Amino acid sequence: MRTRRIMKDTIYHLFVIAFGLLMIYPVIWMILGSFKMKSEILGSKAPFLPSVWQFSNYPDGWVGAGMYTFATFFKNSFIVSILGTFGTVLSSAMVAYGLARIKFKGRQMWFTLMIMTMLLPGQVLMIPQYIIWNNLNLVGTFIPLVLPKFLGWPFFIYMMMQFIRGLPKELDEAAMIDGCNKYSIFVQIILPLLGPSIITTIVISFYWIWDDYMGPLLYLSKPSLQTVSLAIKGFADSQGTNFGPMFAMSTLSLIPVFLLFLFFNRYLMDGVTAGSVKG
Amino acid sequence: MQKTHKSGLRSLIHNDNTVGYVFTAPFIIGFLCFTLIPMFLSLYYSFCEYKIGSPAEWIGFKNYLDLFQDSKFSNSLVVTFQYVIVGVPMKLVFALLIAMLLTKPTQAQGFYRAVYYIPSLIGGSVAVALVWKQLFGSRGPIVTLIKAMGVRGFNFFGNSSWAFIPLVLCNAWQFGSSMLIFASGLKQIPKDYYEAAEIDGAGSISRFFRITLPCLSPIILFNLIMQLISGFMTFTQAQIITQGGPNYATHYIALDIYQNGFSFFRMGYACAESWIMLLIMAGITGIIFKSSSYWTFYEN
Repeated sequence: MRTRRIMKDTIYHLFVIAFGLLMIYPVIWMILGSFKMKSEILGSKAPFLPSVWQFSNYPDGWVGAGMYTFATFFKNSFIVSILGTFGTVLSSAMVAYGLARIKFKGRQMWFTLMIMTMLLPGQVLMIPQYIIWNNLNLVGTFIPLVLPKFLGWPFFIYMMMQFIRGLPKELDEAAMIDGCNKYSIFVQIILPLLGPSIITTIVISFYWIWDDYMGPLLYLSKPSLQTVSLAIKGFADSQGTNFGPMFAMSTLSLIPVFLLFLFFNRYLMDGVTAGSVKG
Repeated sequence: MQKTHKSGLRSLIHNDNTVGYVFTAPFIIGFLCFTLIPMFLSLYYSFCEYKIGSPAEWIGFKNYLDLFQDSKFSNSLVVTFQYVIVGVPMKLVFALLIAMLLTKPTQAQGFYRAVYYIPSLIGGSVAVALVWKQLFGSRGPIVTLIKAMGVRGFNFFGNSSWAFIPLVLCNAWQFGSSMLIFASGLKQIPKDYYEAAEIDGAGSISRFFRITLPCLSPIILFNLIMQLISGFMTFTQAQIITQGGPNYATHYIALDIYQNGFSFFRMGYACAESWIMLLIMAGITGIIFKSSSYWTFYEN
């Protein structure tokens, strides 16, 4: 009986690990490819491991294809992603508190509109938003990518609302008696307790903004302003079949997101599931 | 609580209506400027001939009538539906199976979930799209494997009926967030349901169909809607991996809108296209919501 259970457990773990390896195989293939020479990446005789580790792919890629190196593109990506993430967290937490805790006239209407906005795909508004930014003469700056993030992101507002609803109302009431008002309750009570939800928002919004391709494609055509995602595409187009440096830059571009995930992983899994829909 | 006498300004500032609007102001401003006004603009331009830089010219329903004649647009609709009908169920089934696989409470559960979440973390990026293009390319490892099994001259991207497979797989591969949402739903199903069914002699398959699926149905609804919407508007992966080809086989609707707007500068036409797409999606979402009362199950 006992040995049977151990057998079953071992098979389970072996299966999960094997399947997990299959799932991250594309990533492994990319990372190994970034150290291979051109002839070993593709084709039927391509080895799994590089025969000679080509570390030079990294400096070769970093130089970029045009006037700017990837230092510029990474700097741009960090500016857009950090500002955007900061704006998302701040504004979404505010709106979530307002909608979840304050009983004001029109609350139900704004909540419904928020849910509808969440379900509205951004691509539908791609053209008119572009026209607006173009009329404001702001195409070719970071503003179209960053400013809207300071105005609440419905997906995260909804997630944080679910979290706030789970916090006992008595906390607010106790704080009121202690002399807090509804503004200081947000700063002193809700914001500190939102921790796991904020971390989830930081990680997910950071990687959504970092990975975003359409936004930079529309608004940042100037090479000096390009983000990593846009620059890699341009780099790949200009390199033809010289895949080593392209794989190297692809690998590099995933590292910030990956580090953030590694660092916050524990909280992330809790945050997503705590804030998710309840049947 | 005792009511204290407050001066007019103080009571105005601390009035619930004021507080509510102060806190929701970011969303309200954002909604008006970046959702509502753009939607009205888009509706107006959809009745115009409009190029950026030149004034819009009112042409009535011409854009819409032209769209119904436009074979590129109808092709985009067909291939988008193909992508959604194959891709979304595949992703959801996959997410549910993995979520069930990873519910077993072991010490490594957190680690396994993290590993299985990695594809979602990076799958939407340009970097992965570029790698995917080579992975499934004619000299990449997947095609090499298929060829080693004896299939000759096979090529995903050279063939209109196979080109969408790598795109669908890339989407299904990013099952992570659906998986986490399913996992939290699975955790909420009371254990005694399963125990009672087992005593009644129900096998694991009938337990899955009679307990797991009905209990998860509200969550399936949520995941289905979210995935449908993102599926209908898929852009980045198709734009980079196949560029809509070969022969428009993966020229999805978002690509067509982008192309009409920014390559051909037919902004009005692209707006009309966006509106038709929005109406189609709203219709489908509405039907699913309406029908959901027949197939979702709420405990209370």
